[in-house]
Amino acid sequence: MNALIPLPIIVPVLGAAVCVLAARVRWAQRIVVLAALTANLVVSIVLLVRVQDDGIGVTQAGGWPAPLGISLVVDDLAAIMLVVSSIMLLTVFVYAIGEGQEESRYAAFGSVYLVLAAGVSASFITGDLFNLFVAFELMLVASYVLLTLGGRPGQVRSGMTYVVISLIASTFFVVALALIYAATGTVNMAELAVRMPELSHGVRVGFSLLLIVVFGIKAGLFPLFFWLPDSYPTAPTAITAVFAGLLTKVGVYAIIRTQTLLFPSDAQQGTLLLVVAALTMVVGVLGAIAQDDLRRMLSFHIVSHIGYMIFGLALFTLAGIAGAVFYIVHHIVVKSSLFLVAGLAEFRTGTDRLSRLGGMVRSAPTIAVLFALPALSIAGIPPFSGFVGKFALVDAGIQSEKWVIVAVSLTVSLLTVYVMSRIWSTVFWGVADPSVEARLATATGRMPVLMTASTVVLVLLGLAIMVFAGPLYALAERTATQLLDPSQYVSAVLGGRS
Amino acid sequence: MSVLLAFTVAALFATGTFLLLQRRLSRILIGIGLVGHGTNLLLVISGGDGGVAPIVGTGNREEFADPLPQAFALTSIVITFGVTAFLLALGFRSWQMTRDDVVEDDVEDRHVARRTQDEFVLEGEAAERAQAAEEDRS
Repeated sequence: MNALIPLPIIVPVLGAAVCVLAARVRWAQRIVVLAALTANLVVSIVLLVRVQDDGIGVTQAGGWPAPLGISLVVDDLAAIMLVVSSIMLLTVFVYAIGEGQEESRYAAFGSVYLVLAAGVSASFITGDLFNLFVAFELMLVASYVLLTLGGRPGQVRSGMTYVVISLIASTFFVVALALIYAATGTVNMAELAVRMPELSHGVRVGFSLLLIVVFGIKAGLFPLFFWLPDSYPTAPTAITAVFAGLLTKVGVYAIIRTQTLLFPSDAQQGTLLLVVAALTMVVGVLGAIAQDDLRRMLSFHIVSHIGYMIFGLALFTLAGIAGAVFYIVHHIVVKSSLFLVAGLAEFRTGTDRLSRLGGMVRSAPTIAVLFALPALSIAGIPPFSGFVGKFALVDAGIQSEKWVIVAVSLTVSLLTVYVMSRIWSTVFWGVADPSVEARLATATGRMPVLMTASTVVLVLLGLAIMVFAGPLYALAERTATQLLDPSQYVSAVLGGRS
Repeated sequence: MSVLLAFTVAALFATGTFLLLQRRLSRILIGIGLVGHGTNLLLVISGGDGGVAPIVGTGNREEFADPLPQAFALTSIVITFGVTAFLLALGFRSWQMTRDDVVEDDVEDRHVARRTQDEFVLEGEAAERAQAAEEDRS
C-alpha cells in the first residue's frame, strides 16, 4: 500500500504537465484532467480501504528515515478527506466543462485545476509541517490563478484582497515554522509531537495560538473571515464551488491535525476555540441574512458552518471530533451542490440577485428539487445528513456540558432554516423580474446536460451520506479515536525509534 | 551577530507592516517584499550559530552550519518571488482597467449597508407618519 501514498500528489502534477503540452487541444486537455482526477479517486478509495485494514500508512520520500526525510502519512482522517475531495473535484470539473464559462476555455485552466488538486491532496497526506506550508502554497497559488483567470474588474478587485490576505497568512506560517524549528530542531510532525512536551508551557501555548491564527485565516474563522464572502463569489460557479467546498476545509483539517497531534492537552485551546466557534457561527449566518446576491449569501453561510466544525474539535472529546469529521464530509458535498444549483439558476435566468429571481418552482422544477434537497440537509432538517451531523455535535456538547455553545448552535441552526427558506420563497416562489421572466420564457427549457448531471451526482451523494450515516459515523468515530491518540501516528511514522 | 540579525528582522517587519496597511497595491507589494525578507532572515537565524558549509567529506562535522533552515529559506524565497510576480501582474491589470492600483472596498458590502440604512430610514419615516396621524386624531 505504501507505494500508493504519493500518487494523489504525483498523478495530478503529471497530469498538469501533460495538460501544458496539450494546451492547444482543448478536448485532449479535458480527457487528461478527467483521467487524472478519476485515477486520484480510485487511489484514494483504495487508500481508505487499506487504512481500515492495515492501520496508518507511511512513506518516507527519497528513502530517508523519518525525522530527516519528508514523511507522507495516510491515516483515517487523511484518507476520508482524500476520497471526498477527489469526488468533488471530479464532479465539479465536469460541471465546469458544461458551464462553458470563458475561464474554462483558457489553455491554463486544466493544468491549474490539477495543480489545485495536487495541493489539496498534499495538504492532507503530508507528515511534515514545512511540507504542509509548501502544499498550502501550491493550492493557494492555483486558487489565485483560478479566481482571477477571467481578468474582469470584480475579480481583479477581490483577487487583490484575497492574494494579499493569503500571503499574510503564509508569512505567519513561515514565522511559526522558524520559531518552532528554533525551539525543537525539527518540523516533522511526529517528531514534533514527541518534542513539544519538552518545551515550557508558555512557548507551547504560543505556538498553538500562532498556528490557529495561520489556519484560521484560511479556514475563515471569526474574526479572520472577512475576505471570504468578498472574493469567492466573483469566480465562475464551478470554481466557487471548489473553493467553498474544499479550500476552507483544508484549513479546518490543518487546525484539527495540528491541535490534536502536536500539542499536549494543556496547550490545546479548547475554550478559545469554543468562543471563536460560537462567534463564527453567529456572524456568518447574520451576514448571510443581509445579502441580496445568492452566491454571496451562500459564501457567508460557509463561514457560519465552519463554526460547527470548530465547535466539534474544541470539545476535544471522542464524540466531538467524530461529529466534526462527519460534519466536514457532509458539508463539503452539500455546500458544493448548493453552489452548483445556484450556478444552474444563474445559467437559466442570467442573474443571481435574489431581488430579481422568482417563480422558479414553476419555470424550472428540476432546479427547485435539486436545491430543496441540499438546502433541507444543510438546515439540519431530519432525516437529512445535516441533521445527523448537527445532532452528533449537539449531543457531544451536552455530554461535555458546554451549554452556551449548544444553545448558540441550535439558534444558528434555526437562523439557517430562515436563510434557506428566504432563498426558497424569493427564488422559487416569489415573482421574477420581468426581464428574467422574459428570458425564461424564450429559453427552450432544456437543461444543460453536463451541469445538471454533475449537480445530480453531488445531490445524490449528499443523500447517500444520509442513507449510510450509520457506517459513516462509525468511521468518523474510528478517526476520532485515532486523532485523540497521537501515539499511533507517532509510532507509525518514527517506527521503533520513539 | 544574532542580536544584530534580530534587530534587522524587527526593522523589516515594522516597515513591511506599515506598507502593508497602505491603499496602493504597489506599496503593499513592497511591504510584502520586506516582510518576506524578514521571515527568510528569521528562518536562517532559527538554525542557530553559523559554521562552515555542510558538505559531506569536506571538514569537521561539528563545525557544520545547519543546512535545513537554509533549504527552508530558499523554498520560501522562490514562493514569495512567484506570488510577488503574480501580484504585479494583477496590479498591472487593475491599472489597465482603472488607471489606478488602489485596493478597493467590498462593493457589495457597501451596497448591503446602504440598503439596510435606507430600510431604517423608511421605517423611521413610517413611524413618524403614524405618530403624526395619531396626534391629528387626538
